[in-house]
Amino acid sequence: MIKINLPVSEEEIRRLKVGDEVSITGTMVTGRDAAHLWMIEEKPDEIREVLKNSFIYHCGPVVEKKGEEYRFVAAGPTTSIREEPYQGTVLKEYGLRAAIGKGGMGAKTQQALQEHGAVYLHAVGGAATLIGQSVKRVVDVFKLEEFGVPEAMWVIDVEDFQAVVTMDSHGASLHKNIREQSEKVMKELVGID
Amino acid sequence: MPFQFDHDRFRDAALELIRRSSTDLPEDVVLAIRKARDAELEGSAARSVFNSILKNIEMAREKSTPICQDTGTNIYYVTIPEGVSMRKIEKAIVEATQEATRKTYLRPNSVDSVSGKNSGDNTGIMSPYYHFEEWDEDSIKVELALKGGGCENVSAQYKLPDQRLKAGRNMEGVYKCIVDMVFEAQGQGCAPGIMGIGIGGDRASSMVMAKKQLFRKLHDVNPDPELASMEDRLMVDLNKLGIGPLGFGGKTTALGVKIAKLHRLPASFFVSLSYMCWADRRHSMIYSNSEVVYD
Repeated sequence: MIKINLPVSEEEIRRLKVGDEVSITGTMVTGRDAAHLWMIEEKPDEIREVLKNSFIYHCGPVVEKKGEEYRFVAAGPTTSIREEPYQGTVLKEYGLRAAIGKGGMGAKTQQALQEHGAVYLHAVGGAATLIGQSVKRVVDVFKLEEFGVPEAMWVIDVEDFQAVVTMDSHGASLHKNIREQSEKVMKELVGID
Repeated sequence: MPFQFDHDRFRDAALELIRRSSTDLPEDVVLAIRKARDAELEGSAARSVFNSILKNIEMAREKSTPICQDTGTNIYYVTIPEGVSMRKIEKAIVEATQEATRKTYLRPNSVDSVSGKNSGDNTGIMSPYYHFEEWDEDSIKVELALKGGGCENVSAQYKLPDQRLKAGRNMEGVYKCIVDMVFEAQGQGCAPGIMGIGIGGDRASSMVMAKKQLFRKLHDVNPDPELASMEDRLMVDLNKLGIGPLGFGGKTTALGVKIAKLHRLPASFFVSLSYMCWADRRHSMIYSNSEVVYD
């Protein structure tokens, strides 16, 4: 298990390879469909500081409000491929060092990871209560009213948040490998070439 | 005493059904996941993913918090005695849904498709949604499935013939469609999945039937021998794909395959796959005058 403290340097991220297990501690930000569109279309400045050298987590959490305090109840990853049209640009624009999600991403993101020095981290899809335990505190939230709870950008302090590198900054992707291997089997079973 | 519908009592029973569905994975699914875990090598990524999944299931049950943060489309299949008002049942379920959202058993998950505004309480147009049927019993049966967006997005419908797959209008053609659909889904639908399949019907009824299959227990046997043998064949072959848990690679890609057939038009031949993630959250209750029994 490789420990990563946020914010993190490009150099440290470039050392990571597909298959590495990481444990993350520090401040990161959730962001999914509405957030990515916002970052592409309006390039908001108020989130630059928290995103710089940090990670964006594709997650729409279940959040409990007690008084003025928010608490994450359940917070697993959402499917990342929906952000494929935007992710590469967003990583570069905001100086992010990783996107965390599930299911992997495509060629455009892969290229941005290489050029910019970032990785894609895979968390266990569906393991929301377990992952929610590693979210210690909600620090801030952007666009809550407009985007709603799942789509808002939650700034969170995490401790020992575990994930696996499945796309690295050297061009390797576990998702591409699995797709290619399973495609061979599929074609054999179906009888096409 | 003839069946009597009590609004408050039914609403509270429905709330408990939602809580169980969101936080407590059915035992047959847990067993299948455990079996899948045991089949993977010690130290493999697949085994470690399954261990996290199992730990999460246990923790969610203990703490009564959602197994997955995407508490999904809430799909109800309701069976009622003659003369019971469907509107009254819907009203009680809507209230239970709002309360379940306040209690964070459900995430506010219902968005206006034009304005983009989240209703905040899981209600909206066709949200939640219901299928009603009538029966001769003096009780109401409510089956509930919570189906998340990841697995709904990889669900698909093919029409036969399909030239790319060299798939004709027969069971061999059906087989090819399903293999291709599960391949295309990769890990995106939170594999290993449970495949609800509808063969025939129109585009809507085909998918309704596919979704209904998701309520079958994983170990049940299809009473139609031809469908039963197709289910067995697909279980073996889909697991040869090697996609594994969450697409990390592994021996289990499908936890279950459940197929139903519908009559179709001579001109149409649809094959519908409703892909359910490993977090197959479904429970049911029988509500009668004297008691509420959950499964």
